[in-house]
Amino acid sequence: MSDISEERVRHLAGLARIDLSDSEVTALTAELAQIVDVVAQVTNAVEADTPATSHPIPLTNVYREDVVTDDVLTQEQALSGAPETDGSRFVVSAILGEEQ
Amino acid sequence: MSELTHHTAAELADALASGATTSVAITQAHLDRIAEIDADVHAYLHVNAEVSLAAAQASDERRAAGKTLNALDGVPVAIKDVLVTTDMPSTAGSKILEGWMSPYDATPVRKLREAGLIPLGKTNMDEFAMGSSTEHSAYGPTRNPWDLTRIPGGSGGGSAAAVAAFEAPFALGSDTGGSIRQPAHVTGTVGVKPTYGGVSRYGAIALASSLDQIGPCSRTVLDAALLHDVIKGHDRHDSTSLTDNWPSFADAARHANLTGVRIGVIKQLNGDGFQAGVMARFRESLDMLAANGAEIVEVDLPAIEHAVAAYYLILPAEASSNLAKFDSVRFGMRVTPTGGGTVEQVMSATRDAGFGAEVKRRIILGTYALSAGYYDAYYGSAQKVRTLVQQDFANAFAGVDVLASPTAPTTAWKLGEQLDDPLAMWRGDVATIPANLAGIPGISIPAGLAEEDGMPVGIQFLAPAREDARLYNVAGALESLLTTTWGGSLLSQNRGLDTPGGYSTSVKGGAR
Repeated sequence: MSDISEERVRHLAGLARIDLSDSEVTALTAELAQIVDVVAQVTNAVEADTPATSHPIPLTNVYREDVVTDDVLTQEQALSGAPETDGSRFVVSAILGEEQ
Repeated sequence: MSELTHHTAAELADALASGATTSVAITQAHLDRIAEIDADVHAYLHVNAEVSLAAAQASDERRAAGKTLNALDGVPVAIKDVLVTTDMPSTAGSKILEGWMSPYDATPVRKLREAGLIPLGKTNMDEFAMGSSTEHSAYGPTRNPWDLTRIPGGSGGGSAAAVAAFEAPFALGSDTGGSIRQPAHVTGTVGVKPTYGGVSRYGAIALASSLDQIGPCSRTVLDAALLHDVIKGHDRHDSTSLTDNWPSFADAARHANLTGVRIGVIKQLNGDGFQAGVMARFRESLDMLAANGAEIVEVDLPAIEHAVAAYYLILPAEASSNLAKFDSVRFGMRVTPTGGGTVEQVMSATRDAGFGAEVKRRIILGTYALSAGYYDAYYGSAQKVRTLVQQDFANAFAGVDVLASPTAPTTAWKLGEQLDDPLAMWRGDVATIPANLAGIPGISIPAGLAEEDGMPVGIQFLAPAREDARLYNVAGALESLLTTTWGGSLLSQNRGLDTPGGYSTSVKGGAR
């Protein structure tokens, strides 16, 4: 059985920056416990010396010349979808809380 | 009802070349069709009438001046909302990106425009491509054109339904675990997941970067090949895109030949847990292939039994990382808690309000799989399963040219039927997921209708990485045999589609 508790789900939601409601935490706790029980079968399917695959088609490092090309976004384009800007920068609320 | 909407893209290209019609006429016919039926089907999230007609006009002017860009110049196409576009909003089916306009075009979209194709609009999808039914779209589900009470598959249900309902001749999709092939299976259409890296992912809003691939959705194998030929190839903006010189996939489809082709039937995907009508159509297709020169053998891929579990660790892990970019700062929604808050609190409130239940479920699962103390057991083991799946495929392809299986275990289920059971829906991906884990190409084409519910059934072929042409060869040959037997395309058997004004009532009323 998995070790999924409401406390753990709240902690994971904090790490993932999602402000879950109490009812969402309750629902997710039950669902995740079931899901983890199923996906945990992978731990028994492999040997310690089985190599891991992170990428389906082997590629070596892909480099390019360190030059600015003509198809990079302008500052205006980069800011165009932001919720709030001052015309040249993204605007956000306070980075630090009062206790910090 | 305009005849023009019922032609294939290849036929439309010929009609344009001969001067029998214009791009404006074709584009207007599709816009009319969308206006007529899309309130019922809901394949599109956004339709671009004015811009589409202007592009069609420009195409007609190019043709008149003898400056046609490509054989498909002037043919309309639909685009899954996962691909960013400068002239239409790009939301990936999520509220968090509602109304967002990209400052650049995704590479596959740029290539369509450069070939003169006419983007009609953006198609509906499960939020961030997470789902198998399009019910996880924040903008409401798409409905299956064969039966409006059933799901159109997912995540690319919008693209498949648009093509099946003659609202576009073909469309772009994305396939991370079957999101092109499974919707093709349940809507009686064709869908191709190319070799990983065969098509640029630049501008495709990422779900799981080691699994995602862009590909074509269409009504015929040739149309899929023609669209694949436009979008394939290396892109310096995508460091995982392959530098291969790809052959013409349209040629492979046009010169289909089964002589001497060895087809492996995957033992693990040949019966258990599959609906009777799905298996019946699969076995009929195999018999037909065997009777026409192919050799059928059974192959054993034992690691496939762990593929779904591995996938549902790797995908959430990668997704939890990819979706961290939705931070309320650079693009999309921002929700500020009552009384204000730090940037971190704003971020958390935004992501709670902006993401749907399935997205939250997978982000939390991925965060868990990647956390200290669990990483090696879960994510690490899943990556090892991936190696075993690849080895199984390599062993199988040493003896056969392509592999075959049903595309999915069941036909389209009723809307809402599996919404409360995520694991049930995930298990439906059993036949499509292995190709994404291994990076190999796959195609689904219509194999007929299941007796028990009258719904479409697909057959899937898989080929080794970089051998996409083999799919077009085998699928093209089978399509030709099947349509001869049927006396036309499978879609022509969907009577509900062509009852003017009575589209939804005729389907719901049991047209079959």
